[in-house]
Amino acid sequence: MKADILHRLIALRQARSPCALVTRIIDGCQSLIAGGSPDGDLVLTPAHLEQIAARLAADKSGPLEADPGLFVRVYAPPSRLFVVGAVHIAQFLAPMATMAGFEVTVIDPRRAFANADRFPDVELSDEWPDEAMAKRLPDAQTAVVTLTHDPKLDDPALVVALASPAFYIGALGSRRTHAQRVERLTAEGLGEQVTRIHAPVGLDLGGRSPAEIAVSVLAQIVMVKHGHDL
Amino acid sequence: MATETDDVFTRIGQWQMAGKGVALATVVRTWGSSPRPAGSHLVVDETGAFFGSVSGGCIEGAVIHEARAVIADGKPRLLEFGVSDEQAWEVGLACGGKVEVYVERVE
Repeated sequence: MKADILHRLIALRQARSPCALVTRIIDGCQSLIAGGSPDGDLVLTPAHLEQIAARLAADKSGPLEADPGLFVRVYAPPSRLFVVGAVHIAQFLAPMATMAGFEVTVIDPRRAFANADRFPDVELSDEWPDEAMAKRLPDAQTAVVTLTHDPKLDDPALVVALASPAFYIGALGSRRTHAQRVERLTAEGLGEQVTRIHAPVGLDLGGRSPAEIAVSVLAQIVMVKHGHDL
Repeated sequence: MATETDDVFTRIGQWQMAGKGVALATVVRTWGSSPRPAGSHLVVDETGAFFGSVSGGCIEGAVIHEARAVIADGKPRLLEFGVSDEQAWEVGLACGGKVEVYVERVE
C-alpha cells in the first residue's frame, strides 16, 4: 500500500466518509474509491465501478464479481451510539460499546454526571438531549438509548430519535414506566412510532448490576444491528 | 479507545513513526466455516509484533512469519490456508474452513 493511499484512507475514515480500496492481488496495484470516483493505479470499467458501489452500499468486502482478481475492501463509517444519561450503567455501556466498534456519545446536561473523570475517552455533551441529538442527527447507523429515568431528559431525546431513521431505540424503565411513556409520546402524536422503542431495554439475561444491564443493552443493539431475533 | 479498523490504522501510524517496517494482512476470500470474514485485517511490524486477526488464532503465526518476509522484500503475497492436519502439525484451520490472506507492505 502506497503512503498516499494510506493517508487518504485514514482521512476519509476520520471524516466518516465511506470508501472502498480495490487491490489487484497479482501485483498489488490499488485504487481508492470515494464519492463514486476512483483514484489510483487501476483502470476500472463502469461495470467494475457499479459492482464496487453495490459492495459499498451493502458494506460487504470481497472479490469483484466481474474480475475476481480484484479484491474490494469496504470501509464503512462506524456505527454510532448516543447514550442519554451519564449514569452508572452508562459508565459500563460506553466503554463496552466502544470496544464493540461503536462511536459513543454520552449526553447529559447534569455536569455532575457528565464529566471526564467519570467518562474518560468518550465524547461527552452537556447539552439538553434534544439539542445534542439534533446537532448530531441520528442516521440509519445510529443507536439511541435513554437511561436517565427522568422524562424531562429521556422524552425529548426519544422524540428526536423517533423522528430519525436510527436503527435502534431503547429506553430504560419498567413496563409500568414504559406504559406511561407511551401515553405521553402518543399524546405528542408519536403513537405510530413508539413501537420502535425497545423497552424494557436490553435482552433478558437475568442480570441486575449496572455492568450486567450494560451487557444486555449492548447485546440487544448488536442483535438488532445484524437483523437477528431471538 | 477506537474502533477495530481505526485501531489497525492507528497502529500502522505508530509503528511507522517509530521507523518500523509494517505489513498489512487482509482476508480476501473464505470458504466454509472460517472464523473471520473477508476484509479482516492483521498488521505486523518487522519485529513480529502484531495487532488484529485473520482467524481465531489458528494461522496468525504463519501469516506473521510471511509478513516479515513481505516487509523485507516488498513483494505482496497471497497465502492460502485449508483444514489443518493435527497429526502433521500443519498450519491451518481446525474448524474445517479455508481462507486466502493477502499480505502487502505498507509504504
